[in-house]
Amino acid sequence: MEKRAIYNNKLLPYLLLTPQMIVVLVFFYWPASQAIYQSFLLEDAFGLRSDFIWFENFVELFQDPSYGNAFVVTAIFSTTVAALSLSSALLLAVMADRQIKGTGIYKTLLIWPYAVAPAIAGVLWLFMFQPSLGVVAQALRKLGIDWNPLLNGNHAMLLVVMAATWKQISYNFLFFLAGLQSIPRSVIEAAAIDGASSTRRFWTIIFPLLSPTAFFLLVVNVVYVFFDTFGIIDSVTGGGPAKATETLVYKVFFDGRLGGNLGGSAAQSVVMMVIVIGLTAVQFRYVERKVHY
Amino acid sequence: MISRRILLSAAAAVALAGVTGAAPAQAQTEIHWWHAMTGANNDVIVNLAEEFNKTQTQYKVVPTYKGGYADTMNAGIAAYRAGNAPHIMQVFEVGTATMMSAKGAVKPVYVLMTEAGEKFDPKAFLPTVTGYYSTTKGEMLSMPFNSSSMIMWYNKDAFKKASLDPNKPPKTWPEVFDYAKKLKAAGYSTCGFSTAWITWGLIEQFSAWHNVPLATKANGMEGFDAELKFNSPLHVRLLNDLVNLQKDKIFDYSGRTNTGEGRFTSGECPIFMTSSAFRGNVVRNAKFEFGTSTLPYYPDAAGAPQNSIIGGASLWVMGGKKAEEYKGVAKFFSFLSDTDRQIAIHQSTGYLPITRAAYDKNKAAGYYEKNPGTETALLQMTGKAPTENSRGLRLGNMVQLRDVWAEEVEEALAGKKTAQAAYDDAVKRGNTMMRQFERTISR
Repeated sequence: MEKRAIYNNKLLPYLLLTPQMIVVLVFFYWPASQAIYQSFLLEDAFGLRSDFIWFENFVELFQDPSYGNAFVVTAIFSTTVAALSLSSALLLAVMADRQIKGTGIYKTLLIWPYAVAPAIAGVLWLFMFQPSLGVVAQALRKLGIDWNPLLNGNHAMLLVVMAATWKQISYNFLFFLAGLQSIPRSVIEAAAIDGASSTRRFWTIIFPLLSPTAFFLLVVNVVYVFFDTFGIIDSVTGGGPAKATETLVYKVFFDGRLGGNLGGSAAQSVVMMVIVIGLTAVQFRYVERKVHY
Repeated sequence: MISRRILLSAAAAVALAGVTGAAPAQAQTEIHWWHAMTGANNDVIVNLAEEFNKTQTQYKVVPTYKGGYADTMNAGIAAYRAGNAPHIMQVFEVGTATMMSAKGAVKPVYVLMTEAGEKFDPKAFLPTVTGYYSTTKGEMLSMPFNSSSMIMWYNKDAFKKASLDPNKPPKTWPEVFDYAKKLKAAGYSTCGFSTAWITWGLIEQFSAWHNVPLATKANGMEGFDAELKFNSPLHVRLLNDLVNLQKDKIFDYSGRTNTGEGRFTSGECPIFMTSSAFRGNVVRNAKFEFGTSTLPYYPDAAGAPQNSIIGGASLWVMGGKKAEEYKGVAKFFSFLSDTDRQIAIHQSTGYLPITRAAYDKNKAAGYYEKNPGTETALLQMTGKAPTENSRGLRLGNMVQLRDVWAEEVEEALAGKKTAQAAYDDAVKRGNTMMRQFERTISR
């Protein structure tokens, strides 16, 4: 039943692919290969001396206890952010998909935070929760809670999780809403006529039909938390207090850019590359099987 | 058709502007200066360049803002690797070890000045300012530009409220603790006193001010194989005192950098230790009478108070440029160290003057009497001749070191470790990082 376009010209498909391939090679494979090469080098910041030291950077990395800490922090941070932003976005999308007055306004407002740059999002939350000046922090202190993200690692973590989640909800919301709108009304109506409650309709019909979207978002969110959140962390906590919010990507940035340790930083990014490739592979291999298209 | 004509004429105009603009520039040697100054200080830089360009026609200094200190340094390093480094680069004090270990990539200022035949007397500079950027033999490696030191700021109105004499600021640590307790009782319940730049204050300034070594080898000045030494009983004593006071918020932690400075100007923290360059901000934003005083010390510690050390940035000259360009850089440096110009920079930015003549002349003119508090940092720095514990620091991986130290201090203040354990770990982790740095440079 599928329609297939037949290309007689053998070269044309490759020609059409070339621009894309060039972009991928120049902007993805080349920097990635540079990172791998760099991770085997011991080099000063100016590149005056450079030694090939095989896996020493990696050995050093895994002997560093703070690297283990960064793994734990990343695991906690990414699971909470992904879970929170996906679930709250789904809830909001389901609500906004209903036939209520002013849905257009709700939708627009819910999408807005996505336009905010990560660093700015961080600063906004910092303004509210900064212990001595923040409005919310002041209120918390009045309630007798000793809110202090400068010294209390859990408070700091909570703050970055909130900022990172808030920022990602819009994106997830947009996709969930589009997914919801593409579900044929007739299926849902048929179930309603059969007497299925709205909760039952959601779990047996809407959610399975939404699973491709949910799966896509899971992949995107994991990548987001791994790579795009360092702007938030940098502006809110700077990885502190005492490394309580230092994620893998923030450590790469910190050691490489601020610390000038290029080899160690490159080794870390190689490890991260492997992790994300692994995670994505697992997601496609196992989670995708459960996804209904 | 109309749009095309407009386009053509616009293009012609651009081309013409290019030609007329380029003609005089060709005769001049351009000197690129990358810096990290924003706001009012950026204006100072632009004005300095313009002024210099007006005094002569041979050279043209072109200042470019490159972001924060770390960004500017990274931009400079990346540019050097790509073969188009600027001539002058502003580098923060903690980048000193990285810069000076890059032999060939930088040109030491004392060499530059001699080669260019500029009049240059290292003795004309304030030793506590230039010492940070000089070899142990006194050879100046970079040109100090904006230097400040840490001093104590206090809220006179708050002192009155707590029935404390506003003209008698606390001099020693026990006095500070005592004052802070009284201030807390008088209503300053969230913060009796605090400090910005926690490690700069608690570890770096504290060591110099008490004349105790922070690290061996004259704090790293004599070699990168130095070992950290700040887990001494005296260092631990201060941290331990702060840990105890943190519980009741008589002392309250304000973060690793200077983002907590607003707690002083807003009136939350009546005693606050931070850079002397904080002055402009206080004058503009504080709605109370303020005073400044020297850093506190432990009165029973022998040798205290010694002298405090600087922070800020200096100008490094990059290597591999033409002799003609270096001549221009040298001329510009002479221009910067001119006495009257130093006074002007000192007065407009609040940063310290770098020459003795500028300090003396400004003093004689009565500036410090008319602007009380502006001399505190200078008195603190020139009171005694610097010793090997108080000349400055030169430790590799300094940016990361400061963060590692801050992490350990945070652990102690949060009650997760004892003060002794925190400093022991800070020393141990710091030494590992310094060995890493040593490995990248000495082969």
